[in-house]
Amino acid sequence: MTAALQSGARTRRRAVGAWATIGLFMLPALSLYVLFVLLPIAQAVRFSFFKWNGLAPLTEFVGLANYERALADPVFIGAVSHNVLIVVLSLALQIPFALGLALMLNRRFRGRAALRLVFFAPYVIAEVITGVVWSLLLQPGGLAEGALEAFGLGSLYHPWLADPSTVMLALFVIISWKYFGFHMILLLAGLQGIPRELDEAAAMDGASRRQAIRYVTLPLLGPTLRVSVFLSIIGALQLFDLVWVTTGGGPVNASNTMATYMFDWGFRRFQLGYGSAVAVILFILALVVALAYQRFVMRRDIEGAVTIYGG
Amino acid sequence: MSTRWRSVGILGAVALLVGACTGGASPVASPSEAPTSVAPSVAPSAEPVEIDWWHIQNNDPGKQLWQDLADEYTAAHPNVKVNLTVLENEAFKTKLTTEMQAKTPPDLFQSWGGGGMAEQQKAGLLKDITADVASWKDTINPGALGMYQVDGKQYGIPFDLGMVGFWYNKDLFDKAGITTPPATWAELLDAVKKLTAEGITPIALGGKDKWPGMFYWAYLALRAGGKDAMANAVATGDWSGTSFVEAGKQLKALVDLEPFQEGFLAAPWDGAGGQAASMANEKAAMQLMGQWAPGTMQANTPDKQKVKFNLGWFPFPSLEGGAGAPTDGFGGGNGFAVGKDAPPETVDFLKFLVSSDAANRWGALNSGILPTTVGAETSVTDPDLKSVLENRAKAEYVQLYLDQATTPALGGVINDAIQTLYAGTGTPEQVAATISDAAKTQ
Repeated sequence: MTAALQSGARTRRRAVGAWATIGLFMLPALSLYVLFVLLPIAQAVRFSFFKWNGLAPLTEFVGLANYERALADPVFIGAVSHNVLIVVLSLALQIPFALGLALMLNRRFRGRAALRLVFFAPYVIAEVITGVVWSLLLQPGGLAEGALEAFGLGSLYHPWLADPSTVMLALFVIISWKYFGFHMILLLAGLQGIPRELDEAAAMDGASRRQAIRYVTLPLLGPTLRVSVFLSIIGALQLFDLVWVTTGGGPVNASNTMATYMFDWGFRRFQLGYGSAVAVILFILALVVALAYQRFVMRRDIEGAVTIYGG
Repeated sequence: MSTRWRSVGILGAVALLVGACTGGASPVASPSEAPTSVAPSVAPSAEPVEIDWWHIQNNDPGKQLWQDLADEYTAAHPNVKVNLTVLENEAFKTKLTTEMQAKTPPDLFQSWGGGGMAEQQKAGLLKDITADVASWKDTINPGALGMYQVDGKQYGIPFDLGMVGFWYNKDLFDKAGITTPPATWAELLDAVKKLTAEGITPIALGGKDKWPGMFYWAYLALRAGGKDAMANAVATGDWSGTSFVEAGKQLKALVDLEPFQEGFLAAPWDGAGGQAASMANEKAAMQLMGQWAPGTMQANTPDKQKVKFNLGWFPFPSLEGGAGAPTDGFGGGNGFAVGKDAPPETVDFLKFLVSSDAANRWGALNSGILPTTVGAETSVTDPDLKSVLENRAKAEYVQLYLDQATTPALGGVINDAIQTLYAGTGTPEQVAATISDAAKTQ
């Protein structure tokens, strides 16, 4: 009895000691995290309840008016829909395309390394440079028009970035060009982790190449695919640099994203209270999507279980 | 919008390459620490004083001229030390915002007047210098002076004022058989048709930046309603007058002629494929722009030399049946505002910076800075800049650009609303109503 009590107390003491040690080791990282992540978020939330131009003292409390204003502004709703459009298009086109390339480049053939390099190169280029280069390519008299004319297809040219109805599609092409290489490399790494014996076994059992991909490769690639999808969604929600440089959110707000809208109102029109409210909305949206995705889609991956029967 | 300010006064601008150039002179003492025990009079005292001065003329020759003037002043006033901070335009805005939030504005700093300055004044960050400048304010162009007032009180002094007008390619106009620049709006529309018939793009426009398009609407509203209607709208925020709808209708008549270069909605003012580049490389016949246009055009030619064609300038045409005088105009420029804790010597130093001598030296540089000191206009010799100055002299009324005269937030709404006319997504009535509504809620 006494021994048991003593042992319990010792365990508890040891546990307390362990927590103290953990706390001590975490302190530097934790304080940085609080100082540079949590506090700024709290600040933004606080600012979002005020009407504030960044100069005057923070006195004009407006409650939730900034949030109401954002959610009632068709330009902001338009910006949200543009983000959603990019998410959908990325998942429907960009990732399958990257997967196809990864499957292709996972086979042995001459020039494979060179192709990998070529496909990955756009990802290494800075977003700002990508934006400038593509706007030069697509502008009237640019390379795109010249190339189409050289093939006698000049009539197909259209100033895509200048037309509100095509600007988002043009931006999607640029975004895909920039990021497909990244997803391709990610998936390629996943593919190389799949033992070749499994493919051979499938072939022995009489599976066609298509069947082998469908029933062996894809299920085993599940964890990588889910990470790829996750990064793609978050990237699309936070989209800023490329759009800002290429179109500035125009013409007539046809290519605004939540982030460009926030930047415009916060730092060009100096309505920092309103801009903060938009930032908080963007943050909550991204957080909810991220948590839900991790909870429902990536749960097994995070627990470390091997997924066998597809996503 | 920023590009416009970057271009101001930086002839042959290579500002993009310059980046933040702080001149290495970080302020030694913050204004609150500077000795302020001197009696609050205009007369300089013998006690040592430091003046923190921020300007954005970060390219020579302007940068050197400011340095020379500061040196000359401190040589004559040994008790005054001037701490110069030279910043690139965007870096200046960022750094100033930080100082403003810390309630420690510099003693003397770059200002464009108007709504942006009024916000600083309302936050109590500026010094009322009305009484200090009373004895010499008449040496400054009154229109320019007014842009640095809030509620009739003076908070800054301008050293540069330009005007927006049409820069045109005389060779292309000749080719289309247009011998005299259009004097009325109908004549302008007619000129557009003639140029189009000749296969020439009549007008270059940087639609991506929005503010170049705003100039047309603003000018038409000024011509339709006159200076009182415009001044009243800016001052009271009541934009419901009929002249603002009329401006949209007249602008729509122009847009319907499709006078702009292909893809103009995505074209910037400055940069490849932009408005200045289209004009500079003779792909368009005219553009509505301020006095910095020749400099930016030069920067947008392949060899960075002056444009090869005959460049001309004409004021915005009059509008038939409109109440506005054809000489009134939109303009703006640069000046200096005085920070709340500035020592009294600051105003004396400012007086020196806009003295006839200093203004003449600025004018002689022909750098795009058009001096506001009365009598210094003659120092400008560049023919293009002279035509702007001549018209500025004729103007009874020069209204600060709408997006500068109003708060940054309302300015953004104005630019956005007007852009819908160019894209064909908004009607003249909607544009006027959007601006009117935004002005009421802000």
